[in-house]
Formats: sequence, structure tokens, C-alpha cells
Amino acid sequence: MPVELLNVIEVMLNGLMAGIMYSLVALGFVLIYKASGIFNYAQGVMALFAALTLVGFQTGQVPFAHLINVIFGTHIEYWSDGLNTFVAIILTIIVMVILAYLVERFLLRHLVNTEPIILFMATIGLAYFMEGLGDLMWGANIKALNVGIPSGGSFWWEDVTKTWAPAEADYYGMYIDVLDVWAAVIAILLVVSLTLFSQYTKTGRALRAVADDHQAALTLGISLRTIWVIVWSIAGFVALVAGIMWGSKSGVQFSLSLIALKALPVLILGGFTSIPGAIIGGLIIGVGEKLFEYWIGPLIGGATENWFAYVLALVFLMFRPQGLFGEKIIERV
Amino acid sequence: MDQAQINVLSIKNIEVIYDHVILVLKGVSLEVPEGSIVALLGANGAGKTTTIKSVSNLLGTERGEVTKGSIEFMGERVENLLPSDLVHRGVVQVMEGRHCFEHLTVEENLLTGAYIRKDGRQKINDDLEKVYSYFPRLKERRKSQAGYTSGGEQQMIAVGRALMARPKVILLDEPSMGLAPQLVEEIFEIVKQLNETEKVTFLLAEQNTFVALRYASYGYILENGRVVMDGEAKSLAENEDVKEFYLGLSGGDKKNFRNVKSYRRRKRWLA
Repeated sequence: MPVELLNVIEVMLNGLMAGIMYSLVALGFVLIYKASGIFNYAQGVMALFAALTLVGFQTGQVPFAHLINVIFGTHIEYWSDGLNTFVAIILTIIVMVILAYLVERFLLRHLVNTEPIILFMATIGLAYFMEGLGDLMWGANIKALNVGIPSGGSFWWEDVTKTWAPAEADYYGMYIDVLDVWAAVIAILLVVSLTLFSQYTKTGRALRAVADDHQAALTLGISLRTIWVIVWSIAGFVALVAGIMWGSKSGVQFSLSLIALKALPVLILGGFTSIPGAIIGGLIIGVGEKLFEYWIGPLIGGATENWFAYVLALVFLMFRPQGLFGEKIIERV
Repeated sequence: MDQAQINVLSIKNIEVIYDHVILVLKGVSLEVPEGSIVALLGANGAGKTTTIKSVSNLLGTERGEVTKGSIEFMGERVENLLPSDLVHRGVVQVMEGRHCFEHLTVEENLLTGAYIRKDGRQKINDDLEKVYSYFPRLKERRKSQAGYTSGGEQQMIAVGRALMARPKVILLDEPSMGLAPQLVEEIFEIVKQLNETEKVTFLLAEQNTFVALRYASYGYILENGRVVMDGEAKSLAENEDVKEFYLGLSGGDKKNFRNVKSYRRRKRWLA
């Protein structure tokens, strides 16, 4: 294979991997949007909060340590050397479920049947609240997250691909981050299990029923409150996975919550209501922006990755507003 | 009506207010005896749907509330329960306009009706077959998305779905809406069958007074949030006022529009 082709393949592979990371965030949006028609602005912050909590448990930080120290004049910071990663993840999941319950209890319950824009505003409020809460609980410093997923380039893959190039070419092999491969595997597992859950379980069916028609679901005795807690818990779990992946890659810090912005074009491409759409949308954007940068970037001065996704989303809004896999708007004539 | 029968549902003098200001029901009372089909009749905006929703407690989602009076189901007050509590007790509403889960298949729609049941898959599957025996057409279309079925089929889904919850009472809101006369007849025929063989009690809101009075045993006529008339279905159908205002039959000969000066009959209850 010529080196040029190998380079393109490498760019595409890395694009796919980046795309998976976008999809992970978009997935959380889709879940909540499908079940309650709410665009959850706080999804990105939920990922940040989940990652902060996980790091906190892992390193044995005392929650609200700063606040406690200020009030009582103490100097506590850590209560132990930290917990085993597995235990920390379980505890974080529990925290996210509690959070889901609180969101339902104090926010959603009081806003039943209000305009979508009001619910959207409420989630903006929630985002700011959680951002502050995360800071207060765990401190605002940048933290490293390591859950034992290997990272760095794969030498094996480099060696394999090196043999593909002609012997006389000066080719070093392809670079691929092992962490990204793990992210891809986890994302696929996540999507498969979510799909199985929503297609083949009673609760999953109820979730889809609520997504279609709140009122009819109520008449059959489906409790919206329970369903919402379940949905927000699952979204919290997805946020945790996204938080782990992004946090391992670039550290746990405030900018983690901004990944939500990258999820937006993914949603527009894939459709707000489709789980496979979120994945495919993420892949298209990941590959698209990397290839665009590789081919067109040098011609127009580079840094196209910052805006390519949004322009693509804009084009989609004009020609296919429900996205590639968005639920067809069924209309009987 | 047989005096010895117990009332499964009795509504006493309820007042319903939407958004804290709009008074919709102004003291409605009615009784639904066990095993009967009771019809709630009236024009648009008379308060039929509101009455039904106040029983199923769906008013909350529309910012409405029962401010006076009481609603009793099997002798217990139920006006402050959650909608799901009522379903657990055996009151299921079939909403006006059918409200199928469009993106679920027909069978999934029916199974969703059994959401609250805890008596095992076997019994639920038996009931599914029973629903299919009442609505054979649904069995043919079990795998298609409900959104793509016809209006008549969607009404069947809605009724079948309610049946899957094994209700004692079905609150059926406007089953005839948007259906061809033949289908309306078919749906009502099934309602009657369900009433007789499955012993399901029906409270039925309907604009199609003519059909409703043929199948119901008792009727209430609502106007502007009040019950203005009630009686055995047969006697209501004979009543001159009902004939004039709700059945479109004026007494005597065909009307010639040239000769019509004003209504011969007045709504005396408005005086």
C-alpha cells in the first residue's frame, strides 16, 4: 500500500476513535430527550460531576473538605488512601442515582406539562448548580483520573502497519491510542445493552411508551416519576462512562463539561431520538473533521476541527432536520 | 335500574377548576352501578372529558383540580390519588383521540397495558390472546407500528390495551371520534360484549348520542359543566328535548327552512 493511503487510513481511524468519544456524550442527551422531551443542558456537567466524584472516591478525598475547614477551622482533606477503583465506580453510580432522584423530586415534578423551553431553562440552572456543587464538594483543581485503562500508542499496531508500506518507503507505522480503542469497545457494549434493555424488558417498553405519549402512559398506571428517575439514572451512568473516558484522556477539570458542545452537532446529525444515530453521528463527525483537517486544512490555514462539526450540522439542519436516524414523524393522512 | 346494585363509581357534586381560575364543572353528580354502561352525553365543551379525567386523576397534568365534592370508587374516596393508584385499583381510562404509542408495535402497545400486573407472564399472555379474540384484526397486525394502523385499529388498540390491565371500570372517552359509522357500530358492539362477558363496567363519554343511547343503560346529559338531564337510556332516547337538541329529530314533519321562524322548543333548563 502506498504511504499516502496508509496516512489516510490512520487519519480515519483516529477520527473514528474521536467520534466514539463524542458519541458517548451524545448518548446521554438522547436518552433523556427520548424519554421526556427535555434537552438536558446539564449532561456535560453531569459527566464532569461524575468524574470528579469518581476521582474523589478513588483518592479518598473528604467531600466538602474546603467548606468544613473554613467553618470549623480544621485541616482535613483526605480520610483515607482512597478506595479500590471498582468500589469507587459503584459508589459513584449510587451518587448519580441519588442525583437523578433529587432532580426528579425538586425539579421535574414541579414542571410537569410545562413548555419545553421552561424545562430547558431549568436544566441550564441545574448545570450551573452542579458545576458549583462539584467545585464545592471536590475542589476546583485539575485532577488526574486513572481507572486502570491502558493508554498511549499501540506498538503492536505500529509494527503491523509498518509492514504494509513498501519496504523502501520511510514509514513508521500508524499511531492509535489504546485508550481510544477501549473507549470504542465500551461504547459498543453500552449501546448494545441499552438497546436490549429498551427493546426487550418491561421497563424498557414503558420508557418507550412514555417517550411516545406521556398521558396515555399515565392512564395505564405507568408512574412518570419512577420512569424519570430511571432515565436520569441511566443518563447519569452514561455521563460517568463519558467522564471516565474523557477524564482519563485529558484530566478532570472544568473544561470537561464543554464536551457537551461537541455533542450538539452529533445530535443534529444522528437525530435527537436515536441511540444508533448518536453513535453513527459521532463517527461521521469524528472522521469528517479529521479528514477535512488533513485534506482541506492546510489549504485554508488549519484549525478546521473547531468549526467543521458545526458547519456540517448547519447543512443537515437545512436538508434533513430530523437527522439521519431521527424518529420519523408519523403522520396519517 | 336495579336499586339493589352497588355503585362502583359515584361522583358527588364535584367542581373542577383549571389553572386556578377557569371553572369547568359546576357541581356534577353521577352514579355508575356495577356492570352497567353509563353514557355521558353533551356537546363540545360540556365537561364530559373533564368529568372523566377527574375520575382518572389525569387533571393534574393539565393544571386542573377538583376543588369541591367527592369521587368514590367502591366506597373509597379517590380524588386525591395519583393516576397510577387508580389503575392499580382497577380504573382505566381510554383517552379521547386514542393516544396509541405510535412507535411501538401493536403487540407492544397491548403489553404496555399490563405494566402494573404482577401475576406472571403466563396470565398476561392468556389475556393477550383474549384481546386478540375480541379484535382479530389486531392479531393480523401485531408486528406493525401502531402509528401506521388505521383509526379504527387504533381505537381497538386503545381499548385492548386498557383491557390488559384487567380493569373493573373503563372510562371510555369519545370512542366514535373520527370513525366511520360502521366502525363505530363495531366498537360499541365489542364494548357491549365486554360488558356482558368480562363484566367490565363502562363510563362512556360520547357526542354521538344516537349510538350511545342504544348501547348504554343509563345516560347523563351535560351542558356547561352541569348535569341537565338524566335517566334510563331508553327514556332519554324518547324524550322530546333530547330528540330535538341531541338527536336532530324534531317532532312532526320535515322542516322546511322557509317556514322556520325560531326554535319551537327552548332549552327550558337554561331559564
